[in-house]
Amino acid sequence: MTNVAVHLEAEQPSLQTHAHDAIAAPAAHEKGQQHPIKLYLVVWGWLFVLSACSYLVDYFGLHGYLRWSLILLFMMLKAGLIVAVFMHMAWERLALVYAIMLPPVLVLVFVAIMVFESDYTHLIRVLFFASPT
Amino acid sequence: MAETVLTNPGKTPAQTAGWKGIAADWSSDQRAFKNVSWGKAMMWIFLLSDTFIFSCFLLSYMTARMSTTVPWPNPSEVFALTIGGHHIPLILIAIMTFVLISSSGTMAMAVNFGYRRDRVKTAVLMLVTAALGATFVGMQAFEWTKLITEGVRPWENPWGAPQFGASFFMITGFHGTHVTFGVIFLIAIARKVWRGDFDVARRGFFTSRKGHYEIVEIMGLYWHFVDLVWVFIFAFFYLW
Repeated sequence: MTNVAVHLEAEQPSLQTHAHDAIAAPAAHEKGQQHPIKLYLVVWGWLFVLSACSYLVDYFGLHGYLRWSLILLFMMLKAGLIVAVFMHMAWERLALVYAIMLPPVLVLVFVAIMVFESDYTHLIRVLFFASPT
Repeated sequence: MAETVLTNPGKTPAQTAGWKGIAADWSSDQRAFKNVSWGKAMMWIFLLSDTFIFSCFLLSYMTARMSTTVPWPNPSEVFALTIGGHHIPLILIAIMTFVLISSSGTMAMAVNFGYRRDRVKTAVLMLVTAALGATFVGMQAFEWTKLITEGVRPWENPWGAPQFGASFFMITGFHGTHVTFGVIFLIAIARKVWRGDFDVARRGFFTSRKGHYEIVEIMGLYWHFVDLVWVFIFAFFYLW
């Protein structure tokens, strides 16, 4: 706790200030990613809450679009918190952020292709293979 | 340009932000990731490639589930446990999720204490993380055993679409392997931290290079990624 840099960092009130700080003073980065412990504890707590929420979606047996949208919502919030805070993406330079975050987004194109493909496969199976029920 | 990043990190010229910063970093003809060491950049790129691998697994699972004409087994029932006379849906997976999230929290703490050069706290937190990871793998082994004794195989299962087994073993097996390697990685780095390698700049066994506490953060990136993948598996395979 005697580290001066730690104290300075701990007084920064928001993530936004942090980001500016990291860009303005690259020398500070030499010390590595240092952030107040409280931030990690808060994020940790939120991850627990969000996990509990997504479990409750199943526990209460929600169905249909409500279920799917809630699952996706909690999933994206958890993933965002982990990547932004635990993996320090919020404080990296945009060149790295975009290099890492954009390619997985393009996987969505693959998802779209496979949705069409599986719809087609399903149709063919229903037409020619499925036994009548 | 002679005095820029690689040779003299102290004299880096002012770095621009936003889109201009991206263009400037990538066109600087030296290194695109200005503030990031090669070790950290390489870990990120490895994680990106791993993202594609898990994406392919989840995609093939999606395709199988969307195209089958046989009903998909209800994961809420398949992974239910009876504890103390109560039938609780999906409880084992919920516990595994909480264990893995706890381990992510302790790992984040370890990274923080590593940069504060608190040798003992860092090593202890990393070992706690490893223990939680091993617990996770143990619970997964229990889950696999339970399903196999109930007759789940990659080609058939008692409840519905036969692709369920193949998807389940492939996805959770690959994730469990990642956790296992993470535990080994954690123990190896924790030993180095505990011994004080990064305080005395002791040279590594393989590389003969001096280590830094940054390796704890790089290790942390891998571990958080494993947790991240589980978030997606939990949502798409177990909850959907």
